[in-house]
Amino acid sequence: MATTAANLQAHADDHGHHDHKPAFFARWFMSTNHKDIGTLYLIFAIFAGIIGGGISGLMRLELAEPGIQHLGWIASMLGEPGASFDAQLHLWNVLITAHGLIMVFFMVMPAIIGGFGNWFVPIMIGAPDMAFPRMNNISFWLTVAGFLSLMLSALVPGDATGSNGAGIGWTAYAPLSTYGSSGPATDFAIFSLHLAGAASIMGAINFITTIFNMRAPGMTLHKMPLFVWSVLVTAFLLLLALPVLAAAITMLITDRNFGTTFFDHKGGGDPVLFQHLFWFFGHPEVYIMILPGFGIISQVISTFSKKPVFGYLGMAYAMVAIGVVGFVVWAHHMYTTGMSINTKLYFTLATMVIAVPTGIKIFSWIATMWGGSIEFKSPMVWAIGFIFLFTLGGVTGVYLANGGIDDVVHDTYFVVAHFHYVLSLGAVTALFCGFYYWFPKMSGKMHSEFLAHLHFWVFFVGVNMIFFPQHFLGWQGMPRRYPDYAPAYAYWNEWSSLGYLVMAGSLVIWFINIIYAFTAGKKAADNYWGEGATTLEWTLSSPPPFHQFEQVPTIKDDDRH
Amino acid sequence: MTIGQSVREAANAFYTAIKAIGLALALLAVPSMASAAPAAAPAASAAADAAAAEVKPAAAAPAVAAPAPDAPKIDPNDPRYQVAPGGYTPMKPTPGVGMPIDGALDVQQQYSPNGHQATRMHTGLIWVMVAITVFVLLLLLFVIVRFNARANPVPSKTSHNTLLEVVWTGVPILILVAIAVPSVNLLRAQFKDPGKQALTIKATGNQWYWTYTYPDNGGFEVISNMLKDKEDVKPGERFRTDDDGPSQLAVDNRMVVPVGEDIRLQAIGADVIHAFAVPSLWFKIDAVPGRLNQGVLHIEKPGVYFGQCSELCGARHGYMPIVVEALPRDKYNAWVIAQGGKVDGLPEAPAAPAAAGQAAAEPAAKPAA
Repeated sequence: MATTAANLQAHADDHGHHDHKPAFFARWFMSTNHKDIGTLYLIFAIFAGIIGGGISGLMRLELAEPGIQHLGWIASMLGEPGASFDAQLHLWNVLITAHGLIMVFFMVMPAIIGGFGNWFVPIMIGAPDMAFPRMNNISFWLTVAGFLSLMLSALVPGDATGSNGAGIGWTAYAPLSTYGSSGPATDFAIFSLHLAGAASIMGAINFITTIFNMRAPGMTLHKMPLFVWSVLVTAFLLLLALPVLAAAITMLITDRNFGTTFFDHKGGGDPVLFQHLFWFFGHPEVYIMILPGFGIISQVISTFSKKPVFGYLGMAYAMVAIGVVGFVVWAHHMYTTGMSINTKLYFTLATMVIAVPTGIKIFSWIATMWGGSIEFKSPMVWAIGFIFLFTLGGVTGVYLANGGIDDVVHDTYFVVAHFHYVLSLGAVTALFCGFYYWFPKMSGKMHSEFLAHLHFWVFFVGVNMIFFPQHFLGWQGMPRRYPDYAPAYAYWNEWSSLGYLVMAGSLVIWFINIIYAFTAGKKAADNYWGEGATTLEWTLSSPPPFHQFEQVPTIKDDDRH
Repeated sequence: MTIGQSVREAANAFYTAIKAIGLALALLAVPSMASAAPAAAPAASAAADAAAAEVKPAAAAPAVAAPAPDAPKIDPNDPRYQVAPGGYTPMKPTPGVGMPIDGALDVQQQYSPNGHQATRMHTGLIWVMVAITVFVLLLLLFVIVRFNARANPVPSKTSHNTLLEVVWTGVPILILVAIAVPSVNLLRAQFKDPGKQALTIKATGNQWYWTYTYPDNGGFEVISNMLKDKEDVKPGERFRTDDDGPSQLAVDNRMVVPVGEDIRLQAIGADVIHAFAVPSLWFKIDAVPGRLNQGVLHIEKPGVYFGQCSELCGARHGYMPIVVEALPRDKYNAWVIAQGGKVDGLPEAPAAPAAAGQAAAEPAAKPAA
């Protein structure tokens, strides 16, 4: 293999004098090492995910049966015993808000971009680290600060009854989030987005600069692994979309605290303006969450089919197309706000266009497997699961794209089902796929393949049980963000809540697997997946040395990505 | 007398006077209908007597005046202006109609023309979604069986096939075009303006209840609150029964509308954003503060149709349902009268105090002559 051979020389020079690491505090709190920062992000994301997922467990518990049974004791547990009915209902809104914000900004993004992006983009392009290692660290700690601000918001008053927490939804629509929510909780929640957003913008600058300027000689843009392409496109989306979010939420802060009326009609403002600004960010945001996942899937499918990805250029430019078109479809989140027929029609047609590059990717992955010699190691099982589940979520997206159809499903559980299919069963599946693909590389220990397979199947059953019935609930008209529902929604809600228990069981299996790996796992080889793994990380030890490629590798002419 | 009672009296007087004026005009406009005249005359004089009796209070109400010269001729026998006797009794909802069904798999049964058109599109889209998903699933299963390492130990090196790439780009485009065409038609149908004669109703979202204003019926307001179940109310307070509707869906005062007509439904928010939705009518519009949104409702069948607030609006977002009751016109008019409103569509002449006195005298004079 050309890439491997070219590396062995460089590899030998790396051993010996460059593996001493800083002392503990400097290493973990003042890091300038992309691998350590990646590890920090992954541990942080797991921690935040447990909290965000735990919150959704409380939500499914309350929704398991009609009636309000649990918000009372949950309120007591969170420091508000004897909460009034309205206070309990406000707590519901706080829980759904926290669940959304945590999963989007403090679980998926840190894990997929901060975690896997930081770990493997420099290695895959033959770079010793990111372009701005110290700024990389700032991004991580700003993300942690954002999370702390959000946690703090749950401890201070957030509505007129004096109950704690921000109950505005992750979408934070004005005027509920401006004059509709009194108290500092909403300000702390909004501020957490400022911090996390700043972190991501800096991260985007870092990735773009690194990918454009620090590729090893011979690694042209059209030879980069598709995971690197996915992070590059994602970084551009972050760079262009996050400033708009920053503007929108700053306007919320000034409306709340400094007398402006951007979103208050009484001062000449318009609540719908916030929605435009938010969703101009919000729609690229969902592609930000999924594109690196696409990159991971490409790497894994290629590795375990022992074939290069089919249609490399089509795959790379499909991601670019998804990114570009993703910027001009935002108002499909706003179909019921009162828009003209032409506006609604435009956004319907533009949104449907995204199905084309996405379809190209699905078919290209299948074509990659076609003719391959597939080994069903755990990452491959997760990747195949991803292809099927993301297709399911994607087709409901085509349904929702339709402005005339959307009227009946907007703000119902149909939308909740759609985005959880593409997120929980898409992005999260890709995260678990990447985890099992790269965990031994990062830790040096092999996990149990049996437990990894079991994790997949239990998770697969669980998340489908949770979210598939929600399509039916939405069609029958059950609105989202409701703590209680009419008795006619009981049957599918019960199934959905049972599914949560199954999914939670799968997470227990995952944690057992991690503990097993660290206590009894075999030592991981440099390339523990075999001939199909052709990107540069497989030429390094597991874990890689503290600094790799201090001698820049030369990439010879090779078709494999 | 309370304000409500005096408003009602004035409204009734106004209504009677208008009926008399209208009747007089109709008779004047058709002098050749001699056979009709004698039959009409007693009715006219009865109306005139009523008008005469009401002249003083009517004159006191400045709204009574001479009709505009080009006012449309009102036929008092037009069903649109009939008032059903017996007042208003809320309809009982039919189980499964206008409400969700436990364990159901599809959208609610629809009761509007746009709803039927949308359902056809919905069904077509489901077929497309299922076909694509099953197709991908079959491809994956085939690949798993045919190209696993045991079945295919030597991987191929193929990584391009231009024809294949063209096909899997072009075919999705064709499918999308096929979806786009009926989408345009559906949107056109949903945006079709209902026309000047359509009844206008304004729904205002408040935290946490709806108010329905009827500007064409004199501007009265209906305040609609969710009905709680028996165990959640204090003794003596009204609670929900099955005749009101299912739990979480029933309200005390419904939005009553005429069946079989286009209705201009406008929505606005009083405080934060709410959303007015009725799934069985394929209808949803946001109620935004400072913005009057509009949609068209057209309900085919008399009945009770339930919906729920569909935009996060604070603590009781889940507790402010919407109930639309569609009644035949005459029963709707009876409901309107019972709310203290007036029957819409009848001309409202320009108010001029001097003319009012004159006009009030005229109808009393003419039939007597």
